[in-house]
Amino acid sequence: WLRHFCNFGGDEGRVHSRTIYVGHKSCPPNEAYIPPKFCDNRIVSSKYTVWNFLPKNLFEQFRRIANFYFLIIFLVQVIVDTPTSPVTSGLPLFFVITVTAIKQGYEDWLRHKADREVNEYRVSVLEDGRRIRKMSAKIKVGDILEVEEDETFPCDLILLQSSRDDGTCFVTTASLDGESNHKVRCTATHLQLLSLGPENLLLKGANLKNTQKICGVAVYTGMETKMALNYQGKSQKRSAVEKSINAFLLVYLFILVSKALVCTTLKYVWQSKHDETWYNEKTQKEKETNQYLKMFTDFLSFMVLFNFIIPVSMYVTVEMQKFLGSFFITWDKDFFDPEIQEGALVNTSDLNEELGQVEYIFTDKTGTLTQNNMEFIECCIDGFQYKHGDGSSETYFDKKEELFLRALCLCHTVQKEMGFIASSPDEIALVKGAMRYGFTFLGLESKNMKILNRNKDVETYELLHVLNFDPVRRRMSVMVRSKTDRRRFSVVTFFSLSVQEGYRTLCVAYKHLSAQEYARADADLREARLALQDREEKLMAVYNRVETDMILIGATAVEDQLQDEAAQTMEALQGAGMKVWVLTGDKMETAKSTCYACGLFKKNTELLELTLRTLEDGGRSREERLHDLLLEYHKKAVQDAPPVKLGITRLKLASGHDYGFIIDGASLSMVLSSSSEPNSRRYKNLFLQICQNCTSVLCCRMAPLQKAQIVKLVKNSKGNPITLSIGDGANDVSMILEAHVGIGIKGKEGRQAVKNSDYAIPKLKHLKKLLLAHGHLYYVRIAHLVQYFFYKNLCFILPQFLYQFFCGYSQQPLYDAAYLTMYNICFTSMPILAYSLLEQHICIEVLLEHSTLYRDIAKNAMLRWKLFLYWTALGIFHGLVFFFGVRFLFSNPALQDNGQVFGNWSYGTIVFTVLVFTVTLKLALDTRHWTWINHFVIWGSLAFYVFFSFFWGGIIWPFLKHQRLYFVFANMLSSVSAWLVIILLIILSLLPEILLVVLRKPRGPHARQVTLNCTAGDPQSPQSPARPLLTRTFSDESNTVI
Amino acid sequence: MVKEEQEESSNRPDNTAFTQQRLPAWQPILSASIVIPMFLLIGAAFIGVGVALFITSRDIQLQELDYTGDDSEHPCFKCRTNTEKCTCSMTFSIPTLFKGPVFFYYGLTNYFQNQRKYGASKDDNQLYGDLDYFTNPSTDCDPYTRDSKNMPIVPCGALANSMFNDSFSLSHTVNGVQKIVPLDGKGIAWWTDYNIKYRNPTLNSVFFSGTKKPTNWPKPIYELDTTDVYNNGFINQDFLVWMRRAALPDFRKLYRRITHDDYADGLPAGNYTLTIAYNYPVHSFNGKKKVVLSNVSWMGGKNDFLGIAYIVVGSMCVVMSVVMLIVYARFKFAEDV
Repeated sequence: WLRHFCNFGGDEGRVHSRTIYVGHKSCPPNEAYIPPKFCDNRIVSSKYTVWNFLPKNLFEQFRRIANFYFLIIFLVQVIVDTPTSPVTSGLPLFFVITVTAIKQGYEDWLRHKADREVNEYRVSVLEDGRRIRKMSAKIKVGDILEVEEDETFPCDLILLQSSRDDGTCFVTTASLDGESNHKVRCTATHLQLLSLGPENLLLKGANLKNTQKICGVAVYTGMETKMALNYQGKSQKRSAVEKSINAFLLVYLFILVSKALVCTTLKYVWQSKHDETWYNEKTQKEKETNQYLKMFTDFLSFMVLFNFIIPVSMYVTVEMQKFLGSFFITWDKDFFDPEIQEGALVNTSDLNEELGQVEYIFTDKTGTLTQNNMEFIECCIDGFQYKHGDGSSETYFDKKEELFLRALCLCHTVQKEMGFIASSPDEIALVKGAMRYGFTFLGLESKNMKILNRNKDVETYELLHVLNFDPVRRRMSVMVRSKTDRRRFSVVTFFSLSVQEGYRTLCVAYKHLSAQEYARADADLREARLALQDREEKLMAVYNRVETDMILIGATAVEDQLQDEAAQTMEALQGAGMKVWVLTGDKMETAKSTCYACGLFKKNTELLELTLRTLEDGGRSREERLHDLLLEYHKKAVQDAPPVKLGITRLKLASGHDYGFIIDGASLSMVLSSSSEPNSRRYKNLFLQICQNCTSVLCCRMAPLQKAQIVKLVKNSKGNPITLSIGDGANDVSMILEAHVGIGIKGKEGRQAVKNSDYAIPKLKHLKKLLLAHGHLYYVRIAHLVQYFFYKNLCFILPQFLYQFFCGYSQQPLYDAAYLTMYNICFTSMPILAYSLLEQHICIEVLLEHSTLYRDIAKNAMLRWKLFLYWTALGIFHGLVFFFGVRFLFSNPALQDNGQVFGNWSYGTIVFTVLVFTVTLKLALDTRHWTWINHFVIWGSLAFYVFFSFFWGGIIWPFLKHQRLYFVFANMLSSVSAWLVIILLIILSLLPEILLVVLRKPRGPHARQVTLNCTAGDPQSPQSPARPLLTRTFSDESNTVI
Repeated sequence: MVKEEQEESSNRPDNTAFTQQRLPAWQPILSASIVIPMFLLIGAAFIGVGVALFITSRDIQLQELDYTGDDSEHPCFKCRTNTEKCTCSMTFSIPTLFKGPVFFYYGLTNYFQNQRKYGASKDDNQLYGDLDYFTNPSTDCDPYTRDSKNMPIVPCGALANSMFNDSFSLSHTVNGVQKIVPLDGKGIAWWTDYNIKYRNPTLNSVFFSGTKKPTNWPKPIYELDTTDVYNNGFINQDFLVWMRRAALPDFRKLYRRITHDDYADGLPAGNYTLTIAYNYPVHSFNGKKKVVLSNVSWMGGKNDFLGIAYIVVGSMCVVMSVVMLIVYARFKFAEDV
């Protein structure tokens, strides 16, 4: 056995070279070699173990600022003599922490389970010539593994032996980078001993295909595998709503602190006027305490008393709303695609509401806008155009045509097994195209390509070399030798322009090589392939030398079909005020035609082009030209645009003069990284302003990283617009991760995009419902939830604050501890949760039909400061009404018809009863969509409150020190005045609301339609029949050839 | 439900009304045509109730007598600073029949019974008759837990210690002769306080041995009413009334009811004398003491607020509905046509 040096320069995070003893033979004694320690193949994706779960999870949870705040409040209650018992804040906190811990524990248990499955997977290891089964976790670096067809590699392997004759094997890396095509890997032959490259490496997670079995030596195991290294670094995204919540929280924190400060100050002012009364003397300890310490503890006590204004339960409710709400996306049957038998997938529920706030959509073209399903449309041979359909009638083929078709059959990397498999769908389209004209590719057998030609003869060609496709050369070639006459010829195909129709066009060319020429090329290629340094460059040089002096035969046109309803979807999204940017790696012409086809560019759209072509037009330096063009476009699109008000900008642009902007990768990098810093910033600004004033932007020839750059640029631009990226391939991952919301399409290019996305949908057309219906509803729900929560706690605590003015600032709680604790947990939490899950202020069909409704909530409309102030004012108004209403009633506390008087707990209970009812009924007023669940929780909550109050006041509770509420509630209900004041105050509080609802209602343009169209419980959604977007006569026939 | 066209797949989402967010729902629209009549109705009802309340409240008779004695002319002035037992009497006349049953309240102002420390300064277990807490009262009662000799105080705490201890008697001048108006001390405290929340240990001074009376009290708890076992100790109704803390610093508490046969219909017109055993010091905190005679209605004591508030809110409803009607007629009808 031999010793291997592996060199994978450039793989981040990996050691640059490692020495491995294959099969664990002891090392030669003459070498001073310390066997390095490699980790075993155990995969650990779980965060906790049974032992460290509690401390670690608690630590993580208390790192959240809100939880920490509540912990502090709790500790203050425990330490300082505070008005409320520690239970009041301890219980909700405990509840929150427990629920979160259970959720996280469950998730971690799932990860443990998945890890165990991977780690206990049985693999075959060759040891001393014998095969033994071993657990995957036990694989050590240097083990020789045997992997059979369709199995997944358990760790990173160097291929040593393959069951295929040519020493290669095929792998798919669908689970790694999402590419489902078959890739060839070569055995590490002795020739290559010193130069192992990526072509020898079998990555963990890849699958073995078309090869019976292989042997390989483990080189990277466990957490050092490429797959494990790639897992890291997915950052957490936060939604705009969360940012609003935090801003509001600060306001409330300010209110809280100022309330506590006011009360503390007034307490000492009051105490200076009122001496210590004889009936309420201080204890010795109190008298001895330092004045300032006393003030401080008083301040803390007030903080504790008012701390309910910032509710623990809001976080729980928001999280629950997000978590439960996201199920509606996965459950939606409209997202179910019968083709792949899958529905939508929610990877994170934190961003549900962000779906209702999207302003910019960045979409990939191939596979997202289009189906990535290539179809051979037409070809052009020697200047004549052939459309499919004409071909079959012709019987005569001239030489050129035969040559052309033969070339199509030879120049590709297609495998024939149960249909065609290839790394690019174009290749299959071409091979199938050739088949329609009578040239059938039969397959590749031990380097011999067989073609069944038009005369039903089998032609055999020996495949000598494949000069692979790469994006720089933009061509691929094969070198073949005909078995019949030993001539050689090479066929070259490369991309070229297609001006209007939106096809991918390939030119086909060939040349014959003499024996000497071939021998030289062959030698050069072999030498270059074995080069240790600059292998790429050397290969490129050889390729370029071979691919010269070619003779053009013809060209092919392949069409990428649009996705279902792509144009309608785009129209709807634009109608909703979103700007769609197409970011594609494809070339401009194809991309442009796709844009026209999906209606992103319209006939009257004026295109502003900033590409290498326009840059090189003027004959001046690119830099200068860039400057001029940017200024010119800026003048056109920004300065000359009619100055319109902010709100209707988009409407105006949609109806008036349209601009479309086109930029390519090279120009973009010039814009982004101009030589001088001030210039670069200026260009960026100009570029952004132009783009923001265009209805659609097309960025072509983008590298994956550039896509992310653009997203970042827009994301950080003025106003911080919410961005959404949608894509299906591995090259879209960077922009999916960068955007606020990343959507993956469960397309043909594997799962990489889906894995990294926040939401995954089967088709582009589902985006419409996801944003217009789900996003809209989620946003409205959560925005209302947040505002309501702040409101209900403000009017909860305000009476308690006001009461301090009447009780000598003594921190006397107005409500009983049970009410303080239960208010947010039980009495008022369920209705708002149900509302925030079920509310449909406008029903889904209407939302889908009138995409403009989406604009009503744009720019975080429901969480603006103005609305926040409205809710705060409402809370203050209600708080004042509750407190002073009861205050005036209590100017004579004899409220019972038997002349008995009510005390302070009755006072609090009346206020609290009014509060619970008003707050709940306020929500009932806001509810537009009353399902039985809403009825159940709203009336149920109120009933529960009444029941609880009876129950709580009906028993002497042995664990309570003070039986404060004993029969208070029942006594309250025996008083007519209490009833009357409760009814009066509830009605008085809700009157302005009702008035507003009535006066505000008819403002919306669709209000009437909305009410008319909404028919709940109707399962049939109006589906417009799918309109064929690019109608072509041969589209039906194309299915016949498989 | 739509028939499943595709064969069932495990991945296929359930097609239920709930999962598809298509639960049948009631979608109420608060349109003007509903709200205007509703407002009118509410307004009318509120005005009705308000008028009824207002009239009821107006008919309640009230006689308030301030006996703090701040004024040097006042008969109780002498008792103001007097630490010894002191009685003073005030005369007043009732012009017309004071309809019965008449309730006799005492009132205190600027007295913060609702302070937190003060209110918490009691031991409910003790008051429930639990002997363990007799010898070892809760520290909540500090500094009224133990006396200077470290003896436990029963009932402990500031609340009990500061029990109101003025006593009153009322006499009616009939033909120049003072006739005592019998005052009924029963049923002035909450039924549940009297029967359940507060319990005596078998009322016997033995149980209270080893305990001390509250420092401000002239006599121990078991001598509050020696004439009636059922009004003594922790279930003394005056004690219970005091122990139910007032919500606001200006409060009144029920002292007695006048239910005796002679006065069952009320206090007849005439001159009355109120004799006060003046004990309770209030001038140190600028408090006022008063006696209130009042009868009650179905809504309780006299309180104009509720009636007025109902009338105001009711009128607001009516005004709003009229405004809405005008707005609606002006804009909406035009739109509809």
